[in-house]
Amino acid sequence: MTLTGFVRKNAFRNLRRSILTVLSIGFSLLLLTLMMAIWRNFYLAKGTEESALRLVTRHKVSLTFSMPSYYREKIRAIPGVAHVLPQNWFGGIYKDDKSGNFFAQFGTDPDEFFEVYKEWQIPADQIKAWQHDRAGAIVDEKKAQDYGWKVGQKVIITGTIFPTNLELTIRGIFNAPQPTNSLYFNQKYVEEAVPYMKGKQGFYTILADSPESVPKIGAAIDATFRNSPQPSRTETERAFELGFLAMLGNVKAFILSICGAVVFAILLVSANTMAMSIRERTREVALLKTLGFTRRTVLGLFVSEAVVLALVGGILGSLVAYVLGVGASKIGGFIGALKVTIPTMLVAWTAAAIVGFISAIIPAYNASRLKIVEGLRHIG
Amino acid sequence: MAIPISYNVRNMKLRKGLTIMTALGIALTVTTAIFIMALLAGLQKAFVTSGNPLNVLVLRKGSTSELTGPFPSDNFQVLKTLPGIANDRHGEPLVSGEITVVIVLPRKDGSGEVNVTVRGMMQDGLELRPTVKLAQGRWFTPGQREVVVSSSIHRRFTHANVGDSIEFGKGQWQIVGVFDAGGTAYESEIWGDVNQMTSDFDRQGVYSSAYLRATDPVAAEALKNRVTDDQRLKLDSMLETEYYAKQTSSGAVIRLIGWIVAVIMAIGSSFAAMNTMYAAVAYRSREIATLRVIGFSRPSILTSFVLEAILLSLLGAVAGIVLMLPFNGMTTGTQNQTTFSEVVFGLQMTPSVVLYAILFALIMGLFGGIFPAWHASRREILAALRD
Repeated sequence: MTLTGFVRKNAFRNLRRSILTVLSIGFSLLLLTLMMAIWRNFYLAKGTEESALRLVTRHKVSLTFSMPSYYREKIRAIPGVAHVLPQNWFGGIYKDDKSGNFFAQFGTDPDEFFEVYKEWQIPADQIKAWQHDRAGAIVDEKKAQDYGWKVGQKVIITGTIFPTNLELTIRGIFNAPQPTNSLYFNQKYVEEAVPYMKGKQGFYTILADSPESVPKIGAAIDATFRNSPQPSRTETERAFELGFLAMLGNVKAFILSICGAVVFAILLVSANTMAMSIRERTREVALLKTLGFTRRTVLGLFVSEAVVLALVGGILGSLVAYVLGVGASKIGGFIGALKVTIPTMLVAWTAAAIVGFISAIIPAYNASRLKIVEGLRHIG
Repeated sequence: MAIPISYNVRNMKLRKGLTIMTALGIALTVTTAIFIMALLAGLQKAFVTSGNPLNVLVLRKGSTSELTGPFPSDNFQVLKTLPGIANDRHGEPLVSGEITVVIVLPRKDGSGEVNVTVRGMMQDGLELRPTVKLAQGRWFTPGQREVVVSSSIHRRFTHANVGDSIEFGKGQWQIVGVFDAGGTAYESEIWGDVNQMTSDFDRQGVYSSAYLRATDPVAAEALKNRVTDDQRLKLDSMLETEYYAKQTSSGAVIRLIGWIVAVIMAIGSSFAAMNTMYAAVAYRSREIATLRVIGFSRPSILTSFVLEAILLSLLGAVAGIVLMLPFNGMTTGTQNQTTFSEVVFGLQMTPSVVLYAILFALIMGLFGGIFPAWHASRREILAALRD
């Protein structure tokens, strides 16, 4: 029998215990993988190439303050700026005041919209139809599915921030790389219905002509408006999105503390199993040594056994996490951040292996130091 | 006859390492569950205890929060004269027309920026909120560019001390005091004079909301209906307590994520506890058979091992509760889904949270213990004795 075969056989010789250990480690690793996936998608992922080219300019005080419409042309004049798109949060409700019927609606400019969101897919004739209908709207494919909306359908959005209701016709259904759950309509509609909104815009989304101009544009825009009554704050689209995340609370600390608790819990589980398993085999260890196996081999045997168990649990857990993540990414929104990538899974496996290794060190070391005579005398 | 519980306790003591490690594993899970429940309890407290049941809040019709849609201040003059409003110290109606805006402040720990609510109020605004106490400095003076900040804003943000000035609207505002709102939703606000603020934010002639103090609960209901039903005013009104109770949905994200995490960890820990209990049963195979020979019945052996698992999980629960105690009262913030500004709340380990945590651990112990205990009670005496 080879040493690897020996390790494999021993790892599963008490089948019930091994299965329970693997399940326990598997569930913990499932959680760990999901947490790492969230971390990666929020803080490490760069976003799409197109997204890296976009910046967002808002009022310096906060998003709830609007900026004048003429800022758009001023921003357009800044070198490196390819397109400028005004956007306005409408904050309306579809049908009734249930949280499920609250979603993002933005008033914008249909003429320049798809110049800025180039990677979003929509049939060309639908763009045309939207541009020609002032009361037209386009909606995310996912949202349209949720509500069963079709092109040509009339939709009424009740205003909560503005004293008006929007009677919109769906003119197009678009598909973004990540589901946006949003509806876009022509802001002129609101400007006509609500006089005090004339000449004001909520925020601007800017498309840079190259990645190199992105940092320069940001500084240039804010410098332009520094001493005006409405100073601006410009950041990359990614940073802008992360800003919303930061408002949910200290997400980083939350994730880190859960990861810490999970890793420590696996360590305990694995160490427990190994301690039990090695104790049972005291006499066997003595026998192995009698046969001429060195201390180091005995140590290695037990440690590899723990690593095998932890790895099996880790692989199972992260595979389940992967499947869950694929499902979640279809839903989109915050839940979409659960999408697990291959590197994340590799990190999870490494974590499992390391935990398995550490958990076995002390009991395995004790076993390897065992005096043969004492070991043989052990009754168990 | 039941097997004495001291038998289980002694057995647990015998295998100290195993017991401690399993209990610690359960403790970690309990800690996570307590953490989440305490967060939600704190959030609940911030909203539910906010507001005075005699205060009637008036908003523009269709508007869902103080932040959205202003109404003309002419309407406020009508509101003031409605019957059923209590009088303030000067014998005038106890009412306040207010404006709320959201501004961005940097966090002290450098972890980003947060939306904070700024509220401009009339002089009576303070009398309308008697539970809010001044902790440092003094209240703002009407007509001055002065603000008071809540104690949690004072703690969590840079430049939020008495004597500092913060910039928003059209310039600098002097911080003259810190107030303590006792964990309510006001803990996340900055207060100043309404007239100064409407001019700073270009909102002259409008108010975001109005507060009216009713003389008694019956008058509050009547006042509420009267404002809502008045077709000329185009206003909506509700009790202040109702307004805040509706905002508890802000915790939905934390609740969802929290429960997923806690349940997954609990399943993992149950398997670990099961492992430990199976080992305990296996070690004691002959002992169990002996107990049977002496005359203890199968049910009493089943009960004994389930009890041992429960004891183990209780030990874990106690350890978990102790581990979490230092974090009790720690404050954090999340976004209020209604006003888009941060709501600050504390971790509240209320008695019900502790009780639920213990229950949570008991379920884990029960689940982890029932199968091994069943296994132990079903073994044939002869086969077990021969082991």
